[in-house]
Amino acid sequence: MLLVDSVSKSFGGFLAVNQVSFEVKQGEILGLIGPNGSGKSTLFNLISGTYKPTGGTVRFEQRDITNLPPDRICHLGIARTFQIPRPFKKLSLLENVVLSAYFGDDALRSEAEARRRAEQALETVGLPTDAGVSVQSLGAAGLKKLELARALSTQPRLLLADESLGGLDHQEMEQAADMLHRIRSDLGITIVWVEHIMGVLMKVVDRVLVLDYGEKIAEGLPQAVATDPKVIEVYLGDQIALA
Amino acid sequence: MGIFDFYLLETIINGVLFGGVLALLALGLNLVFGVIDVIWIAYAEIVMVGMYIIYYLNVVLGWPLVFAALASILGVGVVGLLVHALIISPLLDTPPINQLLATGGLLFFLQSFATLIFGAEFRNLGLSMPILQFFELYISFSRLLAFGTALVGMIALYLFLTRTYIGTAIRAVAQDREIMSLMGVNTRKVYLITSAVGGGMAGLAAILLVLQQDVHPFIGYTFGPITFMICVMGGLGNLLGGFLAAFIMSQIISIGSFYVSTELAYVIAFILFIAVMFIRPEGLFQRRA
Repeated sequence: MLLVDSVSKSFGGFLAVNQVSFEVKQGEILGLIGPNGSGKSTLFNLISGTYKPTGGTVRFEQRDITNLPPDRICHLGIARTFQIPRPFKKLSLLENVVLSAYFGDDALRSEAEARRRAEQALETVGLPTDAGVSVQSLGAAGLKKLELARALSTQPRLLLADESLGGLDHQEMEQAADMLHRIRSDLGITIVWVEHIMGVLMKVVDRVLVLDYGEKIAEGLPQAVATDPKVIEVYLGDQIALA
Repeated sequence: MGIFDFYLLETIINGVLFGGVLALLALGLNLVFGVIDVIWIAYAEIVMVGMYIIYYLNVVLGWPLVFAALASILGVGVVGLLVHALIISPLLDTPPINQLLATGGLLFFLQSFATLIFGAEFRNLGLSMPILQFFELYISFSRLLAFGTALVGMIALYLFLTRTYIGTAIRAVAQDREIMSLMGVNTRKVYLITSAVGGGMAGLAAILLVLQQDVHPFIGYTFGPITFMICVMGGLGNLLGGFLAAFIMSQIISIGSFYVSTELAYVIAFILFIAVMFIRPEGLFQRRA
């Protein structure tokens, strides 16, 4: 479904992503892990079109999307969420999601349909659909859900979820992991999930890809990756991440 | 005493009417800055283009004033679109100084171009607008018309920004352009629309100005600086702040002219501006898009 082929990105002299290749198969949840600064978010930015790679190609459903602008990539069916929620604070909760539903599908001309999709996305993540709810009333967990609802409202086939569990307590983490699982099984959306916390991620994902210093150091089934000496070395001493 | 109060009241009313035009002038500039983060240094000269459009169509070609006025809104809207497409867009990802220099270059280009076509003479529509009398108050009809039109223009812009999807997208892009483009919004298109609407506002302001004063290639210097001052004072990019600052400035100038002199009134206004910049460099009002 998504084919990333030896993609690189350098900022000046700093190589943030170095010749990374991987494939995302239709219907799977792929975990993307790695320490801070290992290039996970940069990789997401390269797939979603925010950054242009300095080398390599990205293909989505056989189509070369390497140099397409972000809005075109969104229309083709890739949505992403951000580690730190970035809602439009001056718009209401519903307006935030209606806006992404309306513009996220370039074939969509009906405002009523945009509203319906927005309400559906809010229901999926478990947020209220009333018009009056303000974004300011949401806590950390609510804002993360809003990120997800906005992404879902664009009707993606591939969801790039960026560290969706940061800042949540244990119970909220379990719920969020469960939600990603349901998004895949109920809506049939393929997911790439970036996460610091390996424990929760390992229970949900089908495969894992590990980045370190911008390079892919391991890829495979969760159990195999968790016992890979290279991965253990990267995470050595980082007991919280492994827990 | 009674007569004196009437004069003061007249001054205040004139200040309000003048403020409406200044507020409209500030609106286009503020909109473009708020959304695109670009300052059109040649903004006043873009307004001048509209004044010449009306003069040419109305006086030289004999079009009815209403059509000439509509042509100004459309024509300057297209100018705004071209300014973005030809000058700003190629420089959007470069340091801001480049955009300032490029639109600064446009300022001299437009001045010279106007001189080439129309000469340095002062041109006007040859209209004599009536002076209205309410009891003992004398109000200039052209100022009243200008104020009314400015108000209608501002309400229309407000409705466009709050009641339409593309308007909401414009406000959202002003808040976070990266997110909007990930949500499928074509930011390049949003910038073009914003520039065209900003130009349209300048074209509307041109109508109001050409009713009240002569147009010449350097007319921009008479209202350009005060427009920039108002925008900065209200918080650059803050539409409501610019609106309020326009009325503060127009009252200072109007009342100052009444008690001392017009020249000194502008000096007072500029001193106040400098004081505001020292006390609240971000502008009087919190930035809002």
